[in-house]
Amino acid sequence: MSRPRSQAEYLARLVPPSVAGLNRRSLLAGAAGTGALLGTGLLAGCGDSGSGSGSDSKTVSVGSNQSDPKPKDVIAKVMAGFQTASGIQPAVNTVDHNTFQENINNYLQGKPDDVFMWFAGYRMRFFAAKGLAGDVSDVWGKLSGYSDAFKKASTGDDGKQYFVPASYYPWAVFYRKSVWQQRGYQVPKTLDELNILGAQMKKDGLNPIAFADKDGWPAMGTFDILNLRINGYQFHIDLMAGKEAWTSDKVKKVFDAWAGLLPLHQPDALGRTWQEAAQSLQQKKSGMYLLGLFVAQQFNNDEQDDLDFFTFPEIDSTIGAKALDAPIDGYMMARKPKSEANAKKLLEYVGSKDAANITVKNDPSTLVANTGADTSGYTALQKKAADLVGSATEIAQFLDRDTRPDFASTVIIPALQQFIKNPKDIGGLLTSIENQKKSIFTD
Amino acid sequence: MSDLPLIQADRAVPPPAATTSTGGRGRRLRLLSRTDRVVVTLMVLVPLLLVVGLVWLPSVATVLLSGTNWDGIGPLSEIDWVGLKNYDDVVNNYPPFVPAVQNNLLWLGALFVVATPFGMFLAVLLDKEMRGSRFYQTALYLPVVLSLALIGFVWQLIYSRDQGLLNAALGTQTDWYGDADVNIWAVLFAAGWRHVGYIMLLYLAGLKGVDPSLREAAAVDGSSEVNTFFRVVFPVMRPINIIVLVVTVIESLRAFDLVWVINKGRNGLELISALVTTNVVGEASRIGFGSALATIMLVISLVFITLYLTTVMREDRR
Repeated sequence: MSRPRSQAEYLARLVPPSVAGLNRRSLLAGAAGTGALLGTGLLAGCGDSGSGSGSDSKTVSVGSNQSDPKPKDVIAKVMAGFQTASGIQPAVNTVDHNTFQENINNYLQGKPDDVFMWFAGYRMRFFAAKGLAGDVSDVWGKLSGYSDAFKKASTGDDGKQYFVPASYYPWAVFYRKSVWQQRGYQVPKTLDELNILGAQMKKDGLNPIAFADKDGWPAMGTFDILNLRINGYQFHIDLMAGKEAWTSDKVKKVFDAWAGLLPLHQPDALGRTWQEAAQSLQQKKSGMYLLGLFVAQQFNNDEQDDLDFFTFPEIDSTIGAKALDAPIDGYMMARKPKSEANAKKLLEYVGSKDAANITVKNDPSTLVANTGADTSGYTALQKKAADLVGSATEIAQFLDRDTRPDFASTVIIPALQQFIKNPKDIGGLLTSIENQKKSIFTD
Repeated sequence: MSDLPLIQADRAVPPPAATTSTGGRGRRLRLLSRTDRVVVTLMVLVPLLLVVGLVWLPSVATVLLSGTNWDGIGPLSEIDWVGLKNYDDVVNNYPPFVPAVQNNLLWLGALFVVATPFGMFLAVLLDKEMRGSRFYQTALYLPVVLSLALIGFVWQLIYSRDQGLLNAALGTQTDWYGDADVNIWAVLFAAGWRHVGYIMLLYLAGLKGVDPSLREAAAVDGSSEVNTFFRVVFPVMRPINIIVLVVTVIESLRAFDLVWVINKGRNGLELISALVTTNVVGEASRIGFGSALATIMLVISLVFITLYLTTVMREDRR
């Protein structure tokens, strides 16, 4: 599932957000779904052509899922930088973001490119454990400028690194400074303060918390942050890995807290796209919105300075409020690259601050993972986002990247939508999730 | 035909003449040369291979895979056999399944009871050669030309809760696509909107082919318009009626695109086809589980296919 990154999507702004929502996620996925065979063929084709040219010791093939014009352009510039620096010719095979993701199983088992783009998280570790990705620990020996949190996020179950981070974006609660100043709202530090603030916003005629879950994934962000605040990072990760029971009191507490907050959320979320919810924030009809940094896409250029955020407030003082969702995009190496040396050289380069600098310079809406990069070009919002993630003790990758994709898409999405529809029957819902979990997490 | 073999095996080579006549019945029987036999063999073999390769093998593979827990990763030798566990899970441990079956049946019912008769009604009206009938015909048929994905867009603009035309016009706050009690009807309306045009055109074509003298005869006998249609025209149109019926059943079984475009067939819009796609295609790769769903869909389709084939064959035998 591709979450739209903060790269400017000018085209998306030309169509009404209700349609844009379809366009971005559903339609592409639908097209990918109905044309699955075709997509597989395409990917296989790309793999073939890539590995064919990879047999020469002066080339390396890269499978890219950055199919939007802006990121695609940035990747091209980074690759050009690599060619200048190393003299190795990179061949980029760009595949539509959703198609790439839908076909990743076939892609990796066929003839994948030497280096391919993927996300940190459970799925990355799963591919590593299945032997579908190459060990890049020695590349990490040469990398600098990465925090421990990023290294942890790049490490497989066996303690070796399989991933090189490139960019990321945090999830936080966004709001418009002008609205908050006008009404004298203060950033809430605890759940109680959030409840009081929400009640005040309601009194002022605002939707306290904008909310949308038509596409199924945005509500995962709410679950993630509540679980991280109530039960902490380790429990969250274990729960995602299928090691903890969904029927436990700890999970029940999360849903109870969510049920308590639901009256503050924008009603009828299941028919709304995230773009529409973001627009309600932009139009000053909603007070705040828990979403990724890409929410800024829905704001006009002259409104960008008015956008601010805070991290979700503390719920349990023994847990604190230092963990958050910040999905990381980056690169992995195929299990058997045509030229391992070239692939590793490329990984080293894309993980270097030179590559990060090219990204910052050409795409002012991306946060780069390498702290050594020159980030003086960041906007105030980007700087704050980078600081927030930099100070995080643990970084989760978002629910659908932290757990099995089949569990996330076929169990969690319907379950969370069911909860939003009927928040009363938490016990029955959790039993159903646990039973389905047991049938999926079998190995 | 069966009593007259097309190929008179070895006796035919080499044929003394291209044709010969059998008895006094005047039937001509072609005796085949070597080239002809090669051609015939090819003409049988190629479609046979295509049907076996593209229809039967995948179907059998689906049924077989439905007994496994394959996740699409690793060689075929690593597939574990789990028996009927997937079916057990589908029925007892998969909340979207029951709503999906209900929605598929509802879809069939709505198209059969409302959309199809309405489309036929419109065809009868248009057949009256009223003024501007071309215009109406085009207007009604237009939705069929649009792809279902596009229809999803169009209706999204109308149904959107916050920015949609319908809520703006009615001054309501109904969550047309999000409220699980409402959205299936909203979608059925959109699907029916398209289906009506399709049936209308099919039926209109059929009506144009009805011999006008039948109607004239009925009129001369003093039959009313309604009576003429039900007693004379409708029975004469039997082949078209069957086609319309089959099209309706097919449309409701393969219903997929619209709900997939709207919300991937979740939250009140579950359909078996959408569940199969969610499970099999994409990153999820619950191939075994999804195959079980697909097999169930195959069985449901078979019921209708069998009904259809028995009807048609009975027809032929008469």
